[in-house]
Amino acid sequence: MLKIEDLTVEVNGKILLHDVNLEVEKGYTNVLFGPNGAGKSALMRTIMGFSEYRVVKGRILFNGEDITHLPVDERARRGLGIMMQRPPDMAGIKLRDLIKVTSKGKKDTEALAENLDMKRFLDRDVNVGFSGGEIKRSELLQLAAQNPSLYLLDEPESGVDLVSIEQVGMTIKGLLEEGIECPGERCKKGKSALIITHTGQVLDYVQADRGYILCNGTVMCSGNPMKMLEEIKNKGYQECISCRLIK
Amino acid sequence: MQTDKVSLKKRAESAVEKKAAFGEDFELEKYKEGSKVSKPIEDLRALDEESKKTLLQVGIIPSEEGRSGSLLVLDNAVSHSSLKDKNVELMSTHKAMEKYEWLKDYSWKLVQVDADKYTAKTYLEDADGYFIRVPAGKKAAMPVQTCLMLGSKKSTQTVHNIIIVEEGASLDIITGCTSKKGVEEGIHLGISEMYVKKGATLNFTMIHNWAEQIGVRPRTVVNVEEGGTYVSNYICLKPVRSVQTYPTVKLEGKGAVTRLNTIAIAHTGSELDLGSRAIFNAPGTRAELISRTITIGGRIVARGEMIGNAKGAKGHLECKGLVLTDKGSQLAIPILEANVDDIELTHEAAVGKIAKDQVEYLMARGLTEDEAVGMIIRGFLDVGIRGIPEELKNEIENTITQTALGM
Repeated sequence: MLKIEDLTVEVNGKILLHDVNLEVEKGYTNVLFGPNGAGKSALMRTIMGFSEYRVVKGRILFNGEDITHLPVDERARRGLGIMMQRPPDMAGIKLRDLIKVTSKGKKDTEALAENLDMKRFLDRDVNVGFSGGEIKRSELLQLAAQNPSLYLLDEPESGVDLVSIEQVGMTIKGLLEEGIECPGERCKKGKSALIITHTGQVLDYVQADRGYILCNGTVMCSGNPMKMLEEIKNKGYQECISCRLIK
Repeated sequence: MQTDKVSLKKRAESAVEKKAAFGEDFELEKYKEGSKVSKPIEDLRALDEESKKTLLQVGIIPSEEGRSGSLLVLDNAVSHSSLKDKNVELMSTHKAMEKYEWLKDYSWKLVQVDADKYTAKTYLEDADGYFIRVPAGKKAAMPVQTCLMLGSKKSTQTVHNIIIVEEGASLDIITGCTSKKGVEEGIHLGISEMYVKKGATLNFTMIHNWAEQIGVRPRTVVNVEEGGTYVSNYICLKPVRSVQTYPTVKLEGKGAVTRLNTIAIAHTGSELDLGSRAIFNAPGTRAELISRTITIGGRIVARGEMIGNAKGAKGHLECKGLVLTDKGSQLAIPILEANVDDIELTHEAAVGKIAKDQVEYLMARGLTEDEAVGMIIRGFLDVGIRGIPEELKNEIENTITQTALGM
């Protein structure tokens, strides 16, 4: 579904990511770990195609198509959707109007809002004065309306209180498993996701298939996400860095 | 009274050459005086289709459905006046001056005849216009619509309006200022004196829709008494040569409130010098001056001024301007003045291009770049016109969409 090959990316002339290789298969939920400033958000935003991020080497393939230089909206139309950590304030644009346009009439946006307890935000300007948790729910509501086939979720649990985490987690689970009746169907019908998480809390709700560790702008290793999380919790990222260096 | 008139005339005559403080200086003698007589129009529906379309574009409904009354000034003649609502008085200013002796105490009291050459000319021409009054405690059920139309080429239109909302009364007005199709050059001078008495409310919406070579010089002063509310929406989205206006609201009574919203688009060749001023002369008065302007090639000066002369005054001034091409320019000039303590005046000004991260945020949701820009522009202007009559919103939306696509 998504394949990243030898990707090197610069912002304002500075290399942020180099030689990144990563894959998200159909129906898979892969996780991106890494310390602050490693380049996780940059990678996600590069995949989505934000113009600030300039690919200087390598390529991004989506369903076999090279999308490395496609504009953001073309990628969205092909099935990529992003949940941003700090989306911009959109003064004057009502959440109701945005999700109506986004869903193109294919989704019952009122019901989606009801599910996320966001009905009272529909007439508010998108992101303006939203709390951390409200931003997450608003982003998820927009994604639910957009209905992408690959979800790029940048720290879905950060800034969310303990009660709301369950709501956010269950919503993500619902979105990824939409239309699936048994686990075996996941790789055929399920949605794919790449999730950035620091705490791993979201992994209590969604089943993660593979983890990647991103340090100093590149992927250090990949493996079982739950084991990786445990390792990181115990030893931090220092091990990963030295491990790579020894190699 | 006679001495009054003599001294006003003298003052006006001394100001016929006086340039205005801002904006292009128009040589008025190059334009002919607009006709003071015109054939009465009994029914606005009987106008030709083109004229009706012109009216609709500035919020004037020819069928008068949903309106308490209508008055049309064509060039310098009041050519239509009709009224359905018993709670409202609507007539030409001349007729009202004949009818009410006391009206002289309201005429040329807020706007000074010698403010500049434009006020002077309007006075010296004994300009007619509309007079609207709502008696104490009454409420106009629906908006009153007035239209000021420039109907002859290369001429001047001079208008003098007086609005009085008596104690506890309430009134909505929609004023459309426009030029007939084919009238591309001319001058519009409009004097408006508005009185909002104790506990009264006046909502005033003005839509301008002129042509490429028309100069527009409205001169408006509003007096708001204790507990009164004055809300103004000014909308100018189509090409024009030059508009320069600086409406001033004097908050004279305790707790008086005003909100002035301006939304404007400057096309190539247009100069829009748009200001709003609030003067806090009584304790606990409040004002909000909001301006949202876009240039797609023209020049915009967004002025805002708040002068605090009384304790407990609170005001916020917001000038935001978008620059959508390299050819246009935006100048925001906010002025705050506090002359006593216990005053809170704030301002927020920003000019620049549409933020790329906003455009791409919407594009990431599947909108094309054009759709995203259109949505952002609509949202940007929408902040400036919250509370305007619903039917006007569609017309405004259409213009905005065209603007966004025509970039």
